[in-house]
Amino acid sequence: MSTAAEATVLITHDVGLHARPSVKFTKLAKTFAADVEIALAANGPWFDAKSIVKVMAAKAPKGTVLHIRASGNGADDAVRALIDLVRRDFDEDAGHVRSA
Amino acid sequence: MRIEGVPASAGYAEGPLFDLDRPPAFYTGKATSAEETTSLQAAIGKAVSRLAAMVETADSDAAGILEFHIAMLEDDALSGPAFASIASGQTADAAWRQALDAEIAGYEASDQDYFRARATDLRDIRDQVLRALTADGGAAAPSGAILCGEDIAPTRFLETDWSNGGGIALKAGSTASHVAMLARSRGVPMVVGLREPLANLAGIALLDAEHGSIVLAPSPDEIGSFRHSSSSFAARQDTARRFLARPAVTKAGTAVRVQVNIADPSDVDGIDIATCDGVGLMRTEFLFGKTLPDEETQYRAYRKVLEWARDKPVTIRTVDAGGDKPVPGFTVEEGNPFLGLRGIRLSLARLDIFRAQIRALLRAAPHGNLRVMFPMIAMADEYERAAALFAEEQAALAARGVAQAMPPLGIMVEVPSVAIAPEAFAGVAFFSIGSNDLTQYVMAAARDNAAVAHLNSVRHPAVLRLIGSVTAFGRETGIPVSLCGDAGGDPAAIPSLLEAGLRDLSVAPAQLAMAKAAISDVSV
Repeated sequence: MSTAAEATVLITHDVGLHARPSVKFTKLAKTFAADVEIALAANGPWFDAKSIVKVMAAKAPKGTVLHIRASGNGADDAVRALIDLVRRDFDEDAGHVRSA
Repeated sequence: MRIEGVPASAGYAEGPLFDLDRPPAFYTGKATSAEETTSLQAAIGKAVSRLAAMVETADSDAAGILEFHIAMLEDDALSGPAFASIASGQTADAAWRQALDAEIAGYEASDQDYFRARATDLRDIRDQVLRALTADGGAAAPSGAILCGEDIAPTRFLETDWSNGGGIALKAGSTASHVAMLARSRGVPMVVGLREPLANLAGIALLDAEHGSIVLAPSPDEIGSFRHSSSSFAARQDTARRFLARPAVTKAGTAVRVQVNIADPSDVDGIDIATCDGVGLMRTEFLFGKTLPDEETQYRAYRKVLEWARDKPVTIRTVDAGGDKPVPGFTVEEGNPFLGLRGIRLSLARLDIFRAQIRALLRAAPHGNLRVMFPMIAMADEYERAAALFAEEQAALAARGVAQAMPPLGIMVEVPSVAIAPEAFAGVAFFSIGSNDLTQYVMAAARDNAAVAHLNSVRHPAVLRLIGSVTAFGRETGIPVSLCGDAGGDPAAIPSLLEAGLRDLSVAPAQLAMAKAAISDVSV
């Protein structure tokens, strides 16, 4: 069964989709069979959500509206789970802005 | 030859020097591109397993960095261009270096500070693989060595065995870097900002990270005096450790409260609440470091510290941005920022931001023993306006049925007008003397200007007299007075502060033990 899904979410984490969140984001994306991509605008460019190098290259700071789309098996679940992760601020401690 | 620098983590180290910047060992090219490919794959694998081994023993901050490095190395998108150039005839080392340098350039070109700073991680990742490629077993420093160079990567710190001593001496570097924090928490001596390059790396060197210097090719006299300072430092630390667990008392039996100053909520993770009397100052500027934090982020940060402190007091200072602490989108550019729109002045000018902080504090208050203070108060009217905002926001939260409580509201005493005429503030809940700013304003000597550092002394009679008169006013009126500047943790200043009447000091967590030891030597 092949499906496609797309949604947007506001990044509220203090420093955006940065090193630690992007590790969690790509790890979660890889648990789905569907192809998953992210973009900073509806018309792209789209980046492979399973590649941390590409996700970092998207350079999405706090306040960005992140577009997430998936196609293939479990596309809906993948988009929902990733949106949830961003909404939960990647399960990081509050205000942890110390840079690495 | 002695070279001066800035102490980043106190301690002493004597040992051979290890050059962090020496070129990696020579890579021997392989006969075929298939062999080059295998060689790069193996090197990446080796770097990943080294990192994975480090994750085992790392704390959560360090593990976060290491896991990021592992994820990058395991991503084919990073190595893809390198394998492509190998296929077209490049050697593995050159191919990897070119691919990573291109990636690094992309980060460096970013207009966002945070992403630009990640270039350091990419360089670290690049060098880990290059070291693995050249099979440079000697890349690991000998045990007990002093690592010297331009700067040091976090992974290099974490993979070094510090169990037999050793230290770090850097030409660049910063006392605020991640490695400096790691060094302080592990007790590894570290000096940064060395003014001259280390020309002669042969023989042993003496690193004095208590005062900030390194001696190359030392004479027997220099070695003798170094060992004397080193054992005296070790003895002081031992004594201090014994004092840490006990309440602070002077020689005459006077009890002194000793609290800690913190900035990041995670600072409390390494402190045993039993060793201090609470948090005398929690700075909130860190929350405003990169972007303006929302109410929820602040609420969670404050609540974490309150819950950690249990029933002990936690004094949170409302945001003290401006001066030497600019915040993009909040502070304004000024010719003379220390005398401009900073602290409470800025908060009262930006009510949207201030009200969000006030709501976060009111909501956090039921979770512990919270006290709130305002920075840079110069006139009673500023305190009254801030207190009125607390009352307004409390009423609004109560109307919405949100759990909240009104904390006692006090002020920082750092503008001389308050110290000279404290009677205008008879209505505040407490005074907290900010000795750094009070000293710089009384002496007219900017605290970030080394050229006037000799004027910047809390022990000047004019500063001590003001501290004494505020303390006396507090005793007469029953308003508690404490001190939360750097002077509180300075063993040289502590006797004068206690003689001026203070009985409540707040110090950096690392100075807690030393401060208690210094208090026990005072006979007031």
